[in-house]
Parts: sequence; C-alpha cells; structure tokens
Amino acid sequence: MIVRFFAFLVGLGFVSALFVGFVMPRDKQEESAAEYVHEHMTLKPVHYSFSGPFGRYDRRQLQRGFQVYQEVCSACHSMKLVAFRDLEEIGFTKPEVKAIAKQWKVEVPSINDKTGEVSSRKALPSDYFPSPFPNETAARAANNNALPPDMSLLAKAREGGPAYIYHLVTGYATQPAGLLAKFPDAKTPDSLYYNPVFANLNIAMPPPLVADGQVTYADGTKATVDQMAQDISAYLMWAAEPKLENRHRAGTAIVIYLLIATALAFGAYRNIWRDMKH
Amino acid sequence: MAITHTADDPNQRPPVIGEAKEGGAGPRRRDFLNIAAVSFAGIGAVAVVIPLVNQMNPSADVLALAAIEVDISAIASGQAIKTIWRKQPIFIRNLTPKEIAEADAVPVSSLRDPATLAQRTKEGHKNWLITLGVCTHLGCVPLGAGEGETKGEFGGYFCPCHGSQYDTAARIRKGPAPKNLQVPDYSFKSPTVVQIG
Amino acid sequence: MSFPWAEHYEPKHALTKWIDSRLPLPRLVYNAVGAGYPVPRNLNYFWNFGVLAGVALTIQIITGIVLAMHYVAGTDQAFNSVEGIMRDVNQGWMLRYAHMNGASFFFIVVYIHIFRGLFYGSYKAPREMVWLLGVVIFLLMMATGFMGYVLPWGQMSFWGAQVITGFFSAIPVIGDPLHTWLLGGFAPDQATLNRFFSLHYLLPFVIAGVIVLHIWALHIPGSNNPTGVEVKGPQDTVPFHPYYTAKDGFGLGVFLILFAIMTFFYPNAMGHPDNYIPANPLSTPAHIVPEWYFLPFYAILKSFTVNWLWVPAKLWGVVAMFGAIALLFFLPWLDKSPIRSANYRPMYKIAFWILVVDVVILGYVGQAEPKEPNVRIGQFAAMYYFAHFLIIVPIINMFEVPKPLPNSITESVLHGEAAEAAPYGVGAGAAH
Repeated sequence: MIVRFFAFLVGLGFVSALFVGFVMPRDKQEESAAEYVHEHMTLKPVHYSFSGPFGRYDRRQLQRGFQVYQEVCSACHSMKLVAFRDLEEIGFTKPEVKAIAKQWKVEVPSINDKTGEVSSRKALPSDYFPSPFPNETAARAANNNALPPDMSLLAKAREGGPAYIYHLVTGYATQPAGLLAKFPDAKTPDSLYYNPVFANLNIAMPPPLVADGQVTYADGTKATVDQMAQDISAYLMWAAEPKLENRHRAGTAIVIYLLIATALAFGAYRNIWRDMKH
Repeated sequence: MAITHTADDPNQRPPVIGEAKEGGAGPRRRDFLNIAAVSFAGIGAVAVVIPLVNQMNPSADVLALAAIEVDISAIASGQAIKTIWRKQPIFIRNLTPKEIAEADAVPVSSLRDPATLAQRTKEGHKNWLITLGVCTHLGCVPLGAGEGETKGEFGGYFCPCHGSQYDTAARIRKGPAPKNLQVPDYSFKSPTVVQIG
Repeated sequence: MSFPWAEHYEPKHALTKWIDSRLPLPRLVYNAVGAGYPVPRNLNYFWNFGVLAGVALTIQIITGIVLAMHYVAGTDQAFNSVEGIMRDVNQGWMLRYAHMNGASFFFIVVYIHIFRGLFYGSYKAPREMVWLLGVVIFLLMMATGFMGYVLPWGQMSFWGAQVITGFFSAIPVIGDPLHTWLLGGFAPDQATLNRFFSLHYLLPFVIAGVIVLHIWALHIPGSNNPTGVEVKGPQDTVPFHPYYTAKDGFGLGVFLILFAIMTFFYPNAMGHPDNYIPANPLSTPAHIVPEWYFLPFYAILKSFTVNWLWVPAKLWGVVAMFGAIALLFFLPWLDKSPIRSANYRPMYKIAFWILVVDVVILGYVGQAEPKEPNVRIGQFAAMYYFAHFLIIVPIINMFEVPKPLPNSITESVLHGEAAEAAPYGVGAGAAH
C-alpha cells in the first residue's frame, strides 16, 4: 500500500512536469531554406549493379570510377584506408597495380635511410593511397579553410549512400531566384557553391565533374558527366564496402542452409509434440 | 527413442521420450526427422567454427608486406648487415675468400643438414650469403652479423640462447638446432641491389 | 526441483555414475534444461525468447572475443583497427557485422521477452526475484551496449559518450566531479576509451552470471504459462527435453534466419552513417541519436522541457529516464491484481497494448528532430508511460472485473482455450 501511494506521488510528479511542458506555448519555428528545398526536391533513382541481396560489382565500372578518382578527386580527397593491392579486387593485374602505385602523383612519406631526413619514396602495392595533403592544416589552407573529407568510407558515411554522392556531384545549379525571394538570407556566399542536394545547400567543393570527356576512359566508354558520376559513386561504394560480394554470396548460402535446417527443426518439433495437446 | 502413448486422458501423465510402453510399437519412421534435424544443425555448428579459427591467420595487410630491396654496395668483404623482412631479421654477409674456402672444405655428407655453399648462394654471387637471422632451434637471433659479435667455433654464427653453432655457410654444425639458417627467396636486381621476397 | 513428479537423473553407465558422484554437473543440466525440468504444456511461442536471449548473448560473447583479438583501444587506432577487421582480417567483416547486428537482435529478443512478462504477469508472486534479476540483466545490457558503441570511435561513438556521460553532470553537487571521474578527463579521450573497452569485455560475463541466478530463481516456482494458472499436477506439465528443446530449436532457426538476413544483406540498416566518420572532438554531427534500442528512453529524456517544482528541466529528464527503468523494480508490488495473465484482465489488457504502442511512439520521437509536433507527441507518450506504471496499473484492479479462470492448464488446453490464451491469436498455430 505504501509502495503504491509513493508510486502514485512520483507518477504525479513526472506527469505534471510533462503536462506543464506539453501545454507550454511554443515559439513559432521558421522553416529554413534547406528544409524547404529538400522537401520540394525529387531525385532521380540511380540503379547500381550491386544493389539488392544478389548484387555484384561491375568491375569495368569500378575501374572507370577508379580512373575518375585518380584523375579528379584525388587532387584533394585522401583515401587512407584503401591500399593499392586492393585494386587487384576490381580486376587490375599485379603488374598493373605495381605500375599504378609507382606512377601515383603523390609519393609516400618516408625517411632517408642514410641521412635520416624526412623524404618520400615511390608507392608500393602494399602502401595505402598517399594523401594529397600532409595534414589537416595543409588541406584547409589549400581549400579556403574547408576540409575535403577522406573518401574511404564516404559511401557508407552519408545518408543515401552512393546515390547521394551521385546526386551531389550532378546537383550543382545556379541558385533559383524564387528561393532567394522566399528566403532573402539564404544567398550563397561568394566562396561557396549552391547545391540543393547538400545538407545546408552551400558546399565548399567546386563542381568536380564539369564537362563530358573530362576523363578519357581506358575502356572507351563515353565519359558523360552522368556516366562519370555513376562510376565514381560505384567506385566509392566498393572502397567503403570491399567485401560486399563475399557478404552477398555467404549470406545466400547461409540463409538457404538455415531455411532447410529450420524446416527440419519444425518437422522434429511437430513430430515430438504430435500426440500432445497444448 | 519413441513416443509410444498418447495423452488424451487429462489425468494421464504426458509421455517421455525413451519410455517405450511394454509391447508397444517400435520406433516410428517419422522419428528419422529428429535425427535429421539434429545432424543438419550439427553440420552448421561445425561450419561456424571455420571463420572463428580462420580469423587468427595472417590478415591481408600482413600478407601484403612487400618485397624489400637492399643496397649491398657498402658491405665490405668480411662484413655483414642485419635488415628486416616480414618482421624477421635478415643477415646479409659478404664472405671473404678464406670463409668461402672453409665452407667448401667441409664434406657435405658429414653435415646435419647437408647443403653446399653453392646451393645456398646465387650463381656468380658466391660471396653473398643471405639468410634469415632466426635460429632454427627456438627462434632466437644468432650472433655473428654485428660488428664485434662472436662468430662461434666455426666462424659463422653463434646462437647464445642454447649454443647452436653455424659455419661460414650458415649451416648447423654443433648444438641443438636441427636445420641450417633458412635462405629466403631473393634475387639480384643489379650487382649491388638485392630484392628479398 | 519443485515438482515431485519431475524426472530423476539416473546415470546408467559406470562412467556417468562415477562423474555424477564426484561432480554432478550433468545432473544439474538435466534438472535445469533437460527432462528433469517439468514445464507447463501450454506455452506459446513467446516463451521461446528466453532461450533466444541466451543464444544472442552467446553469439555476442563469441564474436566479441574474436574481435578483441584485432581491435586496438586507442583513440588514434580504434577506428582504423575496426576498418582493418572489415577489410583485411579473414572473414573479419562477417564477425564484425554479426557482432554489430547481434547487439540489436539481443535487444529485440529481450524487449519481446520483457513484454511477454508484462502481458502474462510473470513478474508476480512467486516470481518477483526472477523479474528483479531480469531488470538487472536489462540494465547491464544497456551499459554494455552503450560502451560497445563507443569502441569504434566514430562520430556517434564519441558524441554518444559525451552526451550519455553528460547525464551524470545533472546530479546536484557531485554531478560535475562524477562526470569527470567517469570519463577520466574533461572530455571522452584515451582514458575513456580504454575503460569502456575493459568494462565492455567484462560485463557480458557478469550478465551470464546473473542469467544463472535468473534461471535458478525461475526453477523454484517453475515457468509461468499463458493462462497464468499455477501447475496443479503432472498432467499440466511436460519435460523440458525433448518438448521444449524441440520447440526452441525451431524458434532458434527462425531467429537465425532473420539475424542472417540483416547481417548479410542489410548490415548497416540498424546503425547510423555518421559512425563511419572518425571521431572529431571539434564537430558535433547535425543530428545525434543513440542506438535504436535506447530511443524510447532518449525520448523520455528529451520530453522534459521546463523547470518545474524547483527542479531544472535537465535534472527532470535524467531522473525520469533512469526512473523509467527503475520503476520496473517496483512493478511486482505496484500491480496487486491476483490474476496474472492479461487474457483474463480486460482492462489491463487494453492498458498493456496502449503501452506497447506508446513505447513504439516514444521510439519514433527519440530519433525525430526536436520540433513540433514531435515534442508534444513525445511529452504525451511519456506521460502515458509513467501513468501506466505508477498510476494506472496500481489501481486498475479496483475497477476491473476479471474473466473466469480455467481450473487448470490441462482443462484450458483440452477445452480448446489455448488459442484464447495467446494475444490476438498468436500462438494459436501451435495449438492443434
């Protein structure tokens, strides 16, 4: 009885505190320009070969995407978790990987083994992609105080995944006059670029893919901006999730095994209980 | 293992497996289901062990540790250097003509782990003895490669842990080690550069 | 064991006799989960979840021990070591995703297990101790889950650690020193990460220990059942083995299928993308949320927005959030109805289902942005949560007219009442 009386008082305390908060008048919340734009935006769906439970990477697409990364993105974006040796997984041969590593624009920081001075050497297949900037301060200094994010996990670190990256790099536009009329404060600052896909509409990255043919694909595919955007986003998904195919294969086998095992277990269960009403 | 009576009578205690009623029916054919289910589950349980064991094998980044290239131009005759390959010490030794002659003078058949110096070096580079610096007994690093270190009774390497003695071809001559010091895969990229691995 | 008709362990071979006389471990197992444990014959599928929770803990311990062989608890290496597991360790991706999704499945199973207990009155005498130990396990699980989420040292890890340890700073007077003590510094850093790793490794074994007590306490009165009527005689029970081992085997298969589908095909569905960004102490993610299994409690925390009765809003929120769990300890003495199963308590049954919907709404509000109408919805839902346990449940039996109970489990089974004894016909499939 005492417990229930005390509980009643405590309950009343919580409920009353919540009730006061509930009836408290609210400040009117203004919709922001970003919320308005994202609400009225429809994005074209992108299809990837790796989506769905049986999806597989398209190796030629990944190689094209790697070429876009190598020739465009890697000027500013690091990819610290991916090693040159990993490129064998997307269909490059060992000698090709060795050549890619050796010819990489940025060398691997090292120490001169005679003088002990800081120096650099050509990359090896076992090296991770060398970063374009030695540290964050250098990266910011070279990019108008904006930090280009590391791309290793980008496709998993953004809501929407690779499709978001596709939409972002193809989403640059001039700021609509209608938006400015509705939200006069939302004018894109001079150092930034208007991109409706980006969270706050104004992104520091200049449009990376600007013209068809910006990259000359080794496999002869026509390098339209749309094609390049699809390829780079697919490549980034591979970089973020290199074991996706192993996962899909193992998952299929395991689920099939479990379905059979569960069917047998159900049979055994019914068998054991068959004479027992319950 | 058969359930051989029913429990429709509410006062009847429900049946227990293995409690065959006297003169009742034998095992029912449907009981094979129970055996099949347990066996099939057992296969799965065994399969689960595979990744749990395999994860302890070297990971891809460890396996990928590249071949190393070593510049040997600075090693004078009679000197040796230590370097590291796959986290293990490597001895690179420039043998003197006397040491080569000593190694060649040993009758191969008398050795614990028979091999000639020529078999343990590359053609045309008989003075370059390149071996792992890991004693084949229990894995200590033998002495003899560093400046001023003892080279043991046979002028090669001496392992201080348990007293194994290696000769000038790094062959085991005395002590508990069963094998000669291992020769890694290597090749001469040029007369002065060796690639190990 | 408690029922005199329980099967007795009789070793047949000389070896088993020898062992039994020296270390009666097989006897213990036989009496705990073997033929020596008589169980009501009418349990529905909701009674599978206790065993499933044990399986989930086992999966977590095994995958966790293996992951700890590769994980490095250092602020500059933790994130990369987890990615090394995902990329380079043999089958590391599988082990890591299994551990990550295994945590979610552990909570799914335990939440169903808890609601099963609430519906069928399993917390009532003589099973109060079973319930109390269960709440202790739940608290330990929450602590373990939270600390595990910090280990990859991503953005959500870091800011989760910051926010959740921040709760303790709401306590008057000792709050700030306590906060600093928990972190081992003024913000989450190396000291925090190391101690969280140590405790994350330890607590699952503590949970396993409390589970032993939980099962021990359960075996004194025996299992509850969907009618809530106590076992009256041998005809009401069946031996745990083979009847319930077979049923649990089937339940386990279904559980593993769902677990495998999530782990292999949607491994990140229950996670947050921001945790793939390395921790950055200088930048908070735009919208921080805890793991999904904390969302209802997080919603309660967020719902206290005004200072009231001389207590600041922040303290109200923290006290209410812990109170929302702590009140479960008092539940056996708050609900005085002598009838256990909600199937025979028409008013409680309604209140129960409102609570289920309410907790789901709180979960939604927990992850939603703090603007209207979400905040008001959350406040209303939180009001019901506290009112349910502290006001409605203690007095509801004064107004309730219970339905007639069956005389015994067997009578209920043989008169076709098994279907009725499961909520909304769930489990009716088992009654044939």
